[in-house]
Amino acid sequence: MSDKTTLSKADDEPPVDEMAPAAVEVVDPRLLIREEGLKGYLTEFKRKLKGGELGSLPVIVGLIIIWTVFQIKDSLFLSSTNMVNISFFLAATGMIALGLVFVLLLGEIDLSVASVSGLSASIFAIFSTTHGMNVWLALILTILTGVGIGAIHGFFFAKIGVPAFVVTLAGNLGWNGLMLWLLGSTGSLSIQDTGPMHILGQRSFFMDQDIAGAYILATVGVAALLVGSLVEQARRRKAGVPFRPTSEIALRAIALAVVAYVAAYVLNKSAGVPNALVIFLVALVICDFVLRRTTFGRKVFAVGGSIEGARRAGINVALIRIAVFAISGGFAAIGGLFLAAQTYTATLAAGSGNLLMLAIAAAVIGGTSLFGGRGNVWSALLGMLVIQSIQTGLDLLNMNTSIQYMITGAVLLAAVVIDSVSRRTQKTSGRA
Amino acid sequence: MVHVSATPVLALRGVSKRFGAVQALTDVDLEVHAGEVVALVGDNGAGKSTLVKTIAGVHPIDEGVIEWEGKAVNINRPQDAQALGIATTYQDLALCDNLDVVGNLYLGREILRVGVLDEVTMEKRARELLNTLSIRIPSVRIPIASLSGGQRQVVAIARALIGEPKVVILDEPTAALGVEQTAQVLDLVERLRERGLGVILISHNMADVTAVADTVHVLRLGRNNGSFPVKGTTNEQIVAAITGATDNAVTRRQARNVEAAK
Ligand SMILES: Nc1ncnc2c1ncn2[C@@H]1O[C@H](COP(=O)(O)OP(=O)(O)O)[C@@H](O)[C@H]1O
Ligand SMILES: [Mg+2]
Repeated sequence: MSDKTTLSKADDEPPVDEMAPAAVEVVDPRLLIREEGLKGYLTEFKRKLKGGELGSLPVIVGLIIIWTVFQIKDSLFLSSTNMVNISFFLAATGMIALGLVFVLLLGEIDLSVASVSGLSASIFAIFSTTHGMNVWLALILTILTGVGIGAIHGFFFAKIGVPAFVVTLAGNLGWNGLMLWLLGSTGSLSIQDTGPMHILGQRSFFMDQDIAGAYILATVGVAALLVGSLVEQARRRKAGVPFRPTSEIALRAIALAVVAYVAAYVLNKSAGVPNALVIFLVALVICDFVLRRTTFGRKVFAVGGSIEGARRAGINVALIRIAVFAISGGFAAIGGLFLAAQTYTATLAAGSGNLLMLAIAAAVIGGTSLFGGRGNVWSALLGMLVIQSIQTGLDLLNMNTSIQYMITGAVLLAAVVIDSVSRRTQKTSGRA
Repeated sequence: MVHVSATPVLALRGVSKRFGAVQALTDVDLEVHAGEVVALVGDNGAGKSTLVKTIAGVHPIDEGVIEWEGKAVNINRPQDAQALGIATTYQDLALCDNLDVVGNLYLGREILRVGVLDEVTMEKRARELLNTLSIRIPSVRIPIASLSGGQRQVVAIARALIGEPKVVILDEPTAALGVEQTAQVLDLVERLRERGLGVILISHNMADVTAVADTVHVLRLGRNNGSFPVKGTTNEQIVAAITGATDNAVTRRQARNVEAAK
């Protein structure tokens, strides 16, 4: 024991004599090691399915079934016009669902988002129409109001210790009351079709309906995935840690390319890509980055996984909770603005009906677990595709709201059942 | 085998700690040298966890001195202990089940690259650390949830090592483990010693203690009740110190001697 060796220090390699015994990778022989290449990819996929790691699979299967059924019932369903409709309308509730994904990752729930979205529409209308404020300033103030409201919920939950569902249930009623009070004298306020509100509206398309627009978006998406994956692969290869085989990267890029270019082609047959959808997609990319690549995102997952574990690691749990509810409030406000831009009015009915349930359903259907710590932002998009397809499809078939409610309720229940069962399977196969 | 330097890395001198009416620790001494494994044993309620918590900064001491590398220091908060180089693994591991091994190892002290999580570097260092400790886990990229109890325990210990501590405290690391897994953890304790770390190991299991410890330190009712080199001490002697049998034997003998002297 002549030299006291310290543990692998910050940036230098461990001394050679330490590496020697470790040069042979120690691997538990009982472990299923993934084979290289495409075959390995498939066996890994099968194993994950058996283990209950369903991911986005149920929602994709569900979507295919839903589209097939509606297309058989009404040949207009898969038409370009209808798909443009779906892609426009899903953005508004999708924004609300996106904020909810953060809350669900903590294993909590925010029941106030629909009321907050309704309130935000009327606040925006009062700022911009009643007081004639600059629309962009009004927009920013409205979103900040949503953030502030969410932070208040977060404070009562994180600092006072009131259960989140109670705080936000109170908020659900209270903020709805505030909206009714604000609109009380007039009943509804109109919003001008200018600036940001025009962009969020139904007549605004990416690059003004230019055919190239949709293909540019598709190309940017595929290229970003491809370049990002290859750069990552190169870094990992250089560092000597396992990396995705090129075949897998190619497979993923091709899959995305097929989806993106087919979508672009279909949407282009009528008007192209609605700007509301583009903004939603940008928000998804940003939030995905925040959750997976920043310390903040890591902390959100940690708190969702184990509060005590997060606390011992020095994470300020209360702060993360407040921040997450503020994010949820902010996205609820943004969703409210998207909804207001659909009719250019702030109405007494804003945020009522099944909006809350649809937003929660979208996040859960898309594959984000209600139990916390598991999920991703793309579930807001996938879930909304399902929800909006059902809504639009039933509208096409002239179905009653009553039927819509029942079917959406059943779909939500199915999603929650899948979530619960897959969690149980993961437990028994040691993955929860 | 044991290389013991002259100045202990960590030394407790006459440490006392009270909780209201309970005198949990009275005048306790403890020394840990670099490259030494000290087993801390004692009955339930003997004050082992309390002693560990005073060192870890959870409960500041009432009386006595804590010396670090020969100098008296104040440890009032967990951060103080961490800053000195004391890492503690508590019995409930408090890992995040949904995060992978790398995520757990670096939780709260992530390595960043232009403000963004540097997963590649973290993964590389995690693998190096686990490899040099010969920790056998399937992959550093699977969630903690899919590891066995023993594997979780070694991950928790490895997590304590990321901050490059000089003293590692393990509170009952083998209590919930099977035979094979216990062996894995004990191997790891030996490797920590080889690296020149001081280790305080709390255990109820005499077999574990005699397998890896250099010194056994017995606490009884919050007081020192003997410190034994493992070599040359029988299990019976240690158990006697734990249960207080020696206490009686010693007092009886002293009483007899006193009588004989009369
Ligand atoms: N936070 C506390 N408040 C009051 N009494 C405590 C506290 N922690 C420990 N004690 C008391 O200190 C004594 C020693 O406990 P502990 O250190 O947990 O023993 P061990 O870990 O050896 O089983 C016990 O009598 C226990 O009740
Ligand atoms: Mg104890």
